[in-house]
Amino acid sequence: MEFFHKPTSFPFMSTRKVWYGLSVILMLISLGSFLGRGLNLAIDFTGGVRIEAAFPQAANVDAVRAALKSAGFDDAPVENFGSSREISIRLPPQPGADSAAIRTKIEGILQSLDPGAELRSIEVVGSQVGSELRGKAAESLLGALALIFIYIMFRFHTWKLSAGAILAVLHDPILVLGVFSVSRTPFDLTVVGAMLAVIGYSLNDTVVVFDRIRERFESSRRLEPRLVLDQSINQTLSRTIMTKVVTLIVVVALYVLGGPALKGFSEALIIGILAGTYSSIYISSAIALDCGLKADDLLPTSDKKPVDDLP
Amino acid sequence: MLEFARWKYFLVVFVTIAALLFALPSFYQEDPALQVVRKDKVAMDTAALGTVEQLLTSRAVPYKSAYIDDGRAIVRFTDVADQLKARDAVNDALANQYLSALTNASRAPAILRKVGLRPMALGLDLRGGLYLLYQVDVEGAVSQLLDSYEQGFRRSLAAAKVNFNDIVTFKSSGSSMPNALRILLPPGADVPAALAAVKKDNTDLTFSVVSETDGPAIEMALTQAQITARRDYAIEKNRTTLTNRVNEMGVSEPIVQRQGADKINVQLPGVSNAAAVKDLIGKVATLEFRMEDTQNNAAEAAARGRPPLGSKLYLKTVSGLPVLLKRELVITGDQLTNATPTTTNSGPAVSIKLNGPGGDAMLRNTEQNVGKRMGVVYIEKTRQTTMVDGKPVTKDLTEERVINLATIQGVFSNTFEITGLQAGESSDLSKLLRAGSLSAPITLIEEQAIGPSLGQDNIVKGRNALLIGLLAIFIFMVLYYHAFGLVANAVLLANVILLTALLAILHASLSLPGIAGIILTVGIAVDANVLIYERIREELRNGVTPQAAIRAGFEKAFSAILDSNVTAFLAGFVLYVVGTGPVQSFAIVLLLGILTSMFTSLLGSRALITLMYGGSRKITKLSIG
Repeated sequence: MEFFHKPTSFPFMSTRKVWYGLSVILMLISLGSFLGRGLNLAIDFTGGVRIEAAFPQAANVDAVRAALKSAGFDDAPVENFGSSREISIRLPPQPGADSAAIRTKIEGILQSLDPGAELRSIEVVGSQVGSELRGKAAESLLGALALIFIYIMFRFHTWKLSAGAILAVLHDPILVLGVFSVSRTPFDLTVVGAMLAVIGYSLNDTVVVFDRIRERFESSRRLEPRLVLDQSINQTLSRTIMTKVVTLIVVVALYVLGGPALKGFSEALIIGILAGTYSSIYISSAIALDCGLKADDLLPTSDKKPVDDLP
Repeated sequence: MLEFARWKYFLVVFVTIAALLFALPSFYQEDPALQVVRKDKVAMDTAALGTVEQLLTSRAVPYKSAYIDDGRAIVRFTDVADQLKARDAVNDALANQYLSALTNASRAPAILRKVGLRPMALGLDLRGGLYLLYQVDVEGAVSQLLDSYEQGFRRSLAAAKVNFNDIVTFKSSGSSMPNALRILLPPGADVPAALAAVKKDNTDLTFSVVSETDGPAIEMALTQAQITARRDYAIEKNRTTLTNRVNEMGVSEPIVQRQGADKINVQLPGVSNAAAVKDLIGKVATLEFRMEDTQNNAAEAAARGRPPLGSKLYLKTVSGLPVLLKRELVITGDQLTNATPTTTNSGPAVSIKLNGPGGDAMLRNTEQNVGKRMGVVYIEKTRQTTMVDGKPVTKDLTEERVINLATIQGVFSNTFEITGLQAGESSDLSKLLRAGSLSAPITLIEEQAIGPSLGQDNIVKGRNALLIGLLAIFIFMVLYYHAFGLVANAVLLANVILLTALLAILHASLSLPGIAGIILTVGIAVDANVLIYERIREELRNGVTPQAAIRAGFEKAFSAILDSNVTAFLAGFVLYVVGTGPVQSFAIVLLLGILTSMFTSLLGSRALITLMYGGSRKITKLSIG
């Protein structure tokens, strides 16, 4: 079995304006939504109380909401979590209140609806911790990007490839942020972890394609850069698709079977992996081409040893 | 010719066998279990284990097995109901000598445990328990240091008979000169003499002289290093104290660790009674011993609302009557080495043992003061958060209570008793005192209680996702790469085993995101194989001989494999440094997974493929799909 039995020759570069347009629109929507509406931050970042409870039968979410309201917890978001029997309740920070007191109170409310209700977990995060974690999350994302930028600068000998790689690396996490902002999927610490993994792996395909570009330029210096780039992408296409399919298999397994606690995490990975594949095929090389990438940029002196000959 | 150095084969075989051994205990399931330890921290022996077993048999609580592990008795049960019955039995019959805690124990055979092979540790989200995050008031600790210098300078100046107007301290925030103090001298004062007096016992401090309109002043500012050292001391002291307190409760495998600059996190697996636990471990309690001020009348001072000079007024006392105690301290709670509850003729009491300096101080004091009364002050600090104009405002409250005021009957030094306590109070008080005092107030800023059923659910879900994901990849790889796919699968499996072994060896606790990390690693590890195989296919298409294609495939794919892993490693590293708790577990798995997948796909898969196609055989076709 092979996806591409014969070497493909898709003219990726000639359609690049279309993909630029698509990416610009996606980036604008993502950034617009992120800056305008922000994210649906989980209590990791806002502070507050989160309770997970299970009922013996399907939970009546509306009844729970009403019971909470009559107990003075206004507008507490209650939703099904995992299965119809399980619910999660979110409360704003309760200053001064002891978690044990909150626990007893909520337990009382739920058990008045159904004596078999069971409080499975309670998490109380101070609002100060929340804002601290927000800062840390932003710090870690920017830190990872900075480190990877430095790596790119060292790795590719010309700024033209670096520019392509950096824009492609930026592209993917922004899209993840955008989707989370538009869909209002709760954004918690594990999603930040997933985004860092996406940033780390997004460069993967780009590096493979760029390696191939250098190799092609070596063997055919005369060829027009546009054709060299097309050939390189086509030659690595089978590998690009293959690894993404395999990674997606496990991440989708995680999304379907991993339970509600990992939904956001696996969703971010799925979006990130798809975006990474797209950006490494359509964005990174195209940008390098429009920056004026030529054979001379990669092969300044003929005695320079290509990295691929390392053992 | 396709060859692979012999030592590399040995390395691959050796690592695989070692990994299998270390990973083995982690593949066994767990039973609910009860951990029993002795209260006096002496290791459990077979006799003590026998006592526990006898009790369970006499109460008709069935158990699967009982053994001693690392000084603890572990009893395994078939179900949680028996486990709870056993705990109640132990608490009921053996509570005066033993502490019991709910835990889980691996079903792995005893032989594995005896040679030190253990399953990997599970995070709280997988086994259930209580997570507490405390913020330590490090600024408070620095202020305390400043206060103690102020006291010291007052004494030194008085001893050297140097006149001074006042000593002013500038605490951390909101002042132009943070963490400094100023000794205000009258005009024309003997500045060198004053300097000499304060410098004498404090050679590590730097003083500077400033002249103000109303006279000269000596300034002492704490250096950044001194401030940092004090903060670290406060955190370390608190961490030790919290550890002691947690140990007093007999929790199984608790974790108390520093987190960041000013936080301490406490993880208590299997603990569900959050309220009682928090009450005991978060309490900031200490003791002060002071002599009674007999020259002044306490009732008058109380009516006036302030104590006479050199004394402190206490309104909360055992008798309910106000008490005046001297400002001068005899000893503080820091000097305690042990405190145990006992019963004396006059009711419940706590028997106290002091350290050397404490004993000396007590001896000197009792020699001079037989017949006089000494007060024991119990100090508890709490922090209260209230909403003022929609903003949370925290306030530190200090409650000082004279728990005992008794006549010194004779001269004693390092062993004595505190009497006059309420029934039941002696046990709690001795626990708190024994576990030490916190050196700076702490505030609970985050907590999470995870029920055991949720943890079990998470394990099952994570395991299913991993198994199904692996299976899907196995099928797909064989369909796509035939024999090479089988090699990739073997290598993937080895990768999971190696990763499990490393996690067990490093004792890094695995969280739910950590399991997700393993799953992601599996997906990523395939990538290296795909890179190699696609390269081999390409070489074959270009008409290269099979063996040369394999060699070229491995060599040419190397830089791409290295590159893709370097960037992922960078991101994982940032996550590890910045992240905490479950997310950090994800980062550890990601980092280790990158290392293991490089090893398995570059060395492991090369070894297998060379076995299949290597040597001087004539190979005409590769089974690579």
